[in-house]
Order: sequence, then C-alpha cells, then structure tokens
Amino acid sequence: MARLNVNGTVVEVNASPDTPLLWALRDHVGLTGTKYGCGVAQCGACTVHIDGQVMRSCTLPISEVTETQKIVTIEGLSPDGSHPVQVAWRALDVPQCGFCQSGMIMAAAALLAEKPRPTDEDIDAAMTNICRCGTYNRVRAGIHQAARGGITG
Amino acid sequence: MAPLDNAAPSRRGLMKGAAAGAVLLGFHLPSKGALGQAAPAGQVPEVNAWVVIHPDDRVVLRMARSEMGQGTRTGLAQMIAEELHCDWSKVTTEYVTPGQSLARNRAWGAFLTAGSQGIRQSQDYVRRGGAAARIMLVQAAANRWGVPAEQCSARDSVVTHTPTGRTLRYGEVAAEAARLTPPAEVPLKAPGAWTVIGQSKPRLDTAEKTTGRLVYGADLKMPGMLVAVPRRSPVFGGRVRSFDAAAVRGRPGVRHVLQVGDSAVAVVADTFWQAKTALDALPVEWDSGENARVQQATIDAMLTEGLDAAEAFVGNQQGDARAAIAGAARRIEAVYSYPFQNHAPMEPMNATVVWTPTRCDVWCPTQNGEAALAAAAQAAGLPQTAVDVHRMDLGGGFGRRTTHDWLIDAVLIAKQVPGVPIKTMWTREEDMVQGRYHPVTKCKLTAGLDANGEITGLHMRISGQSILSFVFPTALQNGRDPVQFQGLNPGGTEGAIGYTFPNLLIDHAMRNTHVPPHFWRGVNHNQNAIYLECFLDEIAHATNQDPLALRRKLMANHPKHLGVLNAVAERIGWGTPPPAGIHRGIAQQMGFGSYVAAAAEVSVSNSGELKIHRIVAATDCGVAVNPRQIEMQVEGSFVYGLSALLYGECTVKDGAIEQTNFDTYNVLRLAEMPKVETIVMPSGGFWGGVGEPTIMVAAPAVLNAIFAATGKRIRSVPLKNEDLRRA
Ligand code: FES
Ligand code: FES
Repeated sequence: MARLNVNGTVVEVNASPDTPLLWALRDHVGLTGTKYGCGVAQCGACTVHIDGQVMRSCTLPISEVTETQKIVTIEGLSPDGSHPVQVAWRALDVPQCGFCQSGMIMAAAALLAEKPRPTDEDIDAAMTNICRCGTYNRVRAGIHQAARGGITG
Repeated sequence: MAPLDNAAPSRRGLMKGAAAGAVLLGFHLPSKGALGQAAPAGQVPEVNAWVVIHPDDRVVLRMARSEMGQGTRTGLAQMIAEELHCDWSKVTTEYVTPGQSLARNRAWGAFLTAGSQGIRQSQDYVRRGGAAARIMLVQAAANRWGVPAEQCSARDSVVTHTPTGRTLRYGEVAAEAARLTPPAEVPLKAPGAWTVIGQSKPRLDTAEKTTGRLVYGADLKMPGMLVAVPRRSPVFGGRVRSFDAAAVRGRPGVRHVLQVGDSAVAVVADTFWQAKTALDALPVEWDSGENARVQQATIDAMLTEGLDAAEAFVGNQQGDARAAIAGAARRIEAVYSYPFQNHAPMEPMNATVVWTPTRCDVWCPTQNGEAALAAAAQAAGLPQTAVDVHRMDLGGGFGRRTTHDWLIDAVLIAKQVPGVPIKTMWTREEDMVQGRYHPVTKCKLTAGLDANGEITGLHMRISGQSILSFVFPTALQNGRDPVQFQGLNPGGTEGAIGYTFPNLLIDHAMRNTHVPPHFWRGVNHNQNAIYLECFLDEIAHATNQDPLALRRKLMANHPKHLGVLNAVAERIGWGTPPPAGIHRGIAQQMGFGSYVAAAAEVSVSNSGELKIHRIVAATDCGVAVNPRQIEMQVEGSFVYGLSALLYGECTVKDGAIEQTNFDTYNVLRLAEMPKVETIVMPSGGFWGGVGEPTIMVAAPAVLNAIFAATGKRIRSVPLKNEDLRRA
C-alpha cells in the first residue's frame, strides 16, 4: 500500500510497487487528466510536478515516490483553470485534439515557475513534449503570453 | 448491468436530457432534399433535428462529424449559427449517434470525418438546417402576435416585430416553432451577408482541454469495468498457434486471458498496468506464415521492378510523352521514394464495449460513426439496430480512426465477458506495429528537353502500394486506383495538376505488399508533391532557370494554382537575396479541393545540421470559415509533414514493423518548429478543405531549399538517413 500526496491530499494506493505513478494516478486515484502517450518517457503526455519539478510519470514506479513528495497533476494546477498558462492557452486557442495538452501545460507551468520570463531558447530546451496535432508555435506563444501576464511561481 | 446507467458520459443520456428539457426544431433529411418532416404522433417533435433550443435560450447544435482537433465542431456550429441568427455565446454542441441516425433514415447525413471534408461536404445542408429553424422560430413569434412573418426579424436569439418593437426570445417560442410545418423553401444568405462564417471564433471546446477535464475514450470509467490489453500477431496475417494462459492467470488483478479471433490474444485485468504486465509475461507462439519472409529489401526490390514494368495504370496522359522523350535533345531522369509512415495519434487506439446477447454499446473515438457501427454490429453478431456507438472526442485521428480493426477486436473481447464493460486499450507499442500505414512507393521521373532546355515531355512512373486495393477494392476502376494520382489529375475539383506539359504520362504500376496501407493525413499527395515539385526543381537547376520562373511558364492555364504560388513567392521575397546562410525553396499543389503553396527558408551547417527557419504557406480554400482555425491547421499539418520528412519511416523485418515507439519513430519537437506565416486567400465560389492540403507542400519546399543550400538533391526521405553536408 503506497501513500501518495496528490494535489494536497494524501491518498492510499493499493497497487503493486512497480506500478508507474501515471497508472496509479489514472486507475487508482481516478485522475485521468494525466495522459498515457508512450510509456517510455518520450512524449511528455504524462507530465506531472513532483515538488515543483516536471516529471514524466509513466516511468516512475510508485515505490520510488514518498508520501512527503508533493505531486501536482493538471487537476491540481489550479482549482478553476485560472493558472496563467491555462488562461493564455484559452486566449490563444492552443489545443487542437488536446490529448498532449495536460502534459504541455504542466511542463510550461514548471518552466515559468523557474524562469518567469523565459527566452525562446529556454522554451526550446524545456518543451520537449510531443504534440502530433502540431500546436508547437501556439505553445510557444502561450508561454510568452503567460509570462507577460506576470507569474511569480 | 445497464450500460447506460453508469458513470460514463453517455451520449444517449445527453440526448434524452435534451429531448426532455428542450424542443427540437425539425427539418428534413439531407438525403431527402426537403427541409421538414412532421414528427410521428405522440413523440417529442424532434424529427431530423440539428437545432435544439432550451427554454432558457441555450442552443444545442448537433454534430455528425467528429472533432479530432481540427476544429470541425466549431466550424460546423458557425455554419448553423450563421443562418439560425442565434446568440453565439449560448451555443453548445452534442454528438448524435449513428444508431439514432440509422433509426431516422440517416437524418444527419454522412459521419465520415476525413479527406478534409467535415465542413465542405456538409456545409449546404447544415446551413439549411439553421435557416429552416430560424424561419420556424420567426413564424412562431409572428403567429403569437398575429402579424405577418415578413414584419419580423431575428437576431441574437431574439425575434423582433419591427413595426411595434415587440420582442420574443427563441426559448419562448421554440415549442411552438417545433410544431410548425417546416418551410418548403429555405434560401441561404449570400456570402457577402455572413457575420459568423469567416470569423475567427474561439473554439467551443478549448476550456476543458486546459484543465484535464475532457474525457477521452482512454479515460472512460464505468462501474465494474475491466481493462483489456491486446496483442496481435506482429507479422500481419499471422495467427495465434498457442499461448500459456496459466502462466499469467494468477497474477494480481488478472481476470481473463483470451484469444481474440485468429490473430490476437488479450489479457483482461482490473487495471491497465496489471493487464499490460501480464500480457508482457504471457508466452505466445505465433504462426507467422509466409509473410515472415518479407524484408524491407524485398519490398524495395519489388518497387524498383515496377519503375520499368511494361504494364501500368494511366492517371494522366496528354500527347505522347514516350515519343517526345525518345526524340528529345536532352533527357533528365531521377528516382524518388517515400517510406511507410505510422499515424501515431497521441491517444493510442481504444474502445469501451458492453456486450450482451441482445445489445452492444460502444464508446470510442472514431472518424466515422457509421462505419464504427457497422463494424461493431458485425463483430457483435447483432443487427445494427441492437448496437450503438457513443462517440468520444478523438485524441488525434489523421486517418487512423477511419478504420476499425481495433474496435472489432474490442468487441470480440467484450463478447467473451458478457455484460461487463471492457475498456480495450492498446499500448503505444501495439499502435506502432499494428498500424495502417502510409503507403510505400517509388517514382521514376523522366523529362525530355529540347535544345533550349524547354520540357517537351514528362513521364512520371509511380510504383507501389494502392490504398484502395486494400481498403475499398470495389472502388478500383478496372483495377486502377484513382486515389493514387492525387494532385496529378488532368482536372476536376479535388486534386488537379497545376501544370501544362506538351506531352505528359503519369502512370502507376501497382505493387502491393502485406503491410496494410491506409489514408494518412495528406494521403498520396505527400509523395506525389515531393516527386513532381522536386523534379521540376531539378529541371530548373539543370537548365539554369529560376524554379519559380519555370513553374510560371507551365502554369499559365492554372490561375488558382499560380495565385497561391505567387503569394508565397512575394511574401518570402523570392528574387531578393535571402539573409546570409539562408536558402529558399518553393512548392505548390492542389488537393482536397484547395490550392496551396509553400516557400521555405532553411540553413544547413557545415556539419550537415538542418534548420528550417520559416515557412510561408498560402491557402485558397474558396471559402474560409474560421481563419484562425485554418492557421492552426496549417501549422499542425506542417508539424505532421515535417515529422515525416525529418524522421518518419517504418521498416519491415521478418514481416513485422521494426519501429515500436517514439524512440524509434521520432517526430518533430517544438525546438525544431519553424516560424509559420499563413496566408489565407479564399477566392470564393468553392469549398476546399483545410485539414490536410498544406501538408503536401511543406516537405518539397524544404527539400528544394536544402538543394539550394547544399547542392544535394535528396530523393529519399526521411532526412535522418541522409548526410546533408555540402556536396
Ligand atoms: S507517456 Fe510518459 S512520456 Fe509518454
Ligand atoms: S493537441 Fe493533439 S496531440 Fe497535441
């Protein structure tokens, strides 16, 4: 029985220790905003924050996560979609199919928390998530717009 | 259990709610050509309805086409709203099910969402749907006031009696409107009067895609649901010889270990991870059959043989190209090739199915609800009337979800566990090796030139896979696959060649293999545009002509093709020197009813590293419904096309696809994405698609720019296999 701190609440997860955090979140905690796209840390659809750092949850077994580590998923990024990244995303109509966007938004939010005014090079380096619909240019514009909206981290 | 009473967001439940709390304004089937049909006595007046108006004025517009990221939902809503004169801020949409449509004699027309036709093929009847509803709402208000309808007008969901200024809201008169006889004549607005079509309306579905709240097929949960993870024979056409279910049956959460048809196995467990890890541990013996002998090299050899084969299907013939080339002062020849590609939509294939001996319900993302219904019913062993497909928004489609091999297997699994909701989910690995692939082809192009370097004849011999022969063999024309010649046709409204050659022969030696081909965003345009546009570039350089000037000479009879080409040439500054180290290339093509062109700027470092700096794209799609959506589709199509150009390649070893995930089938990332400038230049009078067309010009424009940068002519993609250091 693992104990995970997800979006501010400690939950008990009755899953085998090798279960990746992604599947613990989706199938045990019931939070399906975090997506499965590859399972091999290539695509970033499963991106969450652990103690503020981006983490691809599909290759992280729950046995390696402790109760003191704070996991934040897309559902916990803001209570009402009001995080500056989410606001910018809506203003620019960033998502297409949307399947990669939870991961994109989590990666963007972590970048802005670390670098409130990221350069294009910062964005290139941080945003390695795959989007098959091809929203990359709007993702970049959305990050700049969120930065201009003033994020303090 | 009752599948519709569970936690899933049942579309049927939504429909019931809509019918109970709202009034549906009926009008006639597109298939019947009229615009109204009385509701059967005793039923709610919701016959053939596209428009639902609640008493509180909420407007629900019904959708037959699927939303997969391309913005069809918003575009179609704009179409209906334009004629309905409703308050846009109150508009929402809902999917109808193919079962409902079947029960109403296909009230909602085609469900197919592919070929960039979601809007262009249904625009007329959905606009008439909105218009008929408006006419009835106005009439209902006029009746209430006892005045002629001609004295009334409608705007923002309010009917006004102009002489007196009295008003009634749509929600107040909707019930009466629904009881009226639908109008016999439903005129549509002239394009000049449009106020909703042509506007960059924000998408209706963005918000829930930023909070993780949108429920995709992969996210479905139902009480008692189990998760199945299947594996098919890695060699297409192979069969299950045996598997040792006992080896994994005792693992945690495992409920069933099943054979699925002849060719697949599946583990059904409480969770995905339990099922997947058990499947990985399951010993399976495959009977791979003859196909296991097929290697990439044998496929390549077969394609090469076709390049010079005597027999071929003719796609476009003007004059006598062979004679012109034989008698030419000079000849130029080149052989190009294009590999298998996987669609790899971000959401792997999935479907949730509840099967009982008398009823089967399916929840899944599909590009064609009606085809999904037919496939599910057949697999379920039930009549279509006992089956329905509840559509979920797609986590990408790109053509993969127009075919339903994955759904058939999901039904066959659920059938073995009656009454229990089974969510069948593919792993990414399964998605990669069980794809329906972009067809593989080669092309030999031969041009005859006269003493002045003018083209006297062109022969374009395509050798390779036919999609139709696999997908719709009945659509072949005496064995010939007309889709093979996309963008190369002598005329027509779909994909006409943009050049006039004195003598021309374009033919296809069909060479099929066991790897199943399918429609893949852009379809055969992807390679056809590379073949022709890069070869023209070769001719231009071989004859010391400017590539744009050469094209212009050949395009005098093709003003719309030329229009978009000129637009990108002007915007990129063709004819003026590019910035230091930057080189340019251009390409044009017509497809899916639209004219498109691209101009690319690239640089190639001394070590052979390519950077694509900027691509200008022009689209003449006739009518531009939502310019912002078009911009998004252009950018997106470039990512898809450039991913294939840079990295995309599936290869065959011992009959199976070798690439198993994004680590071996890489795609373009944000850092590699060029700046994209989109010129939307609708010339009016026709409806062209926007989801696909621009994909076809991205790759040839970049390849031509690479030649300008390096002097190297790349005739085989992807570029990851090529050395781009200067020749
Ligand atoms: S699902 Fe984790 S990186 Fe792709
Ligand atoms: S929006 Fe569809 S994969 Fe990114």
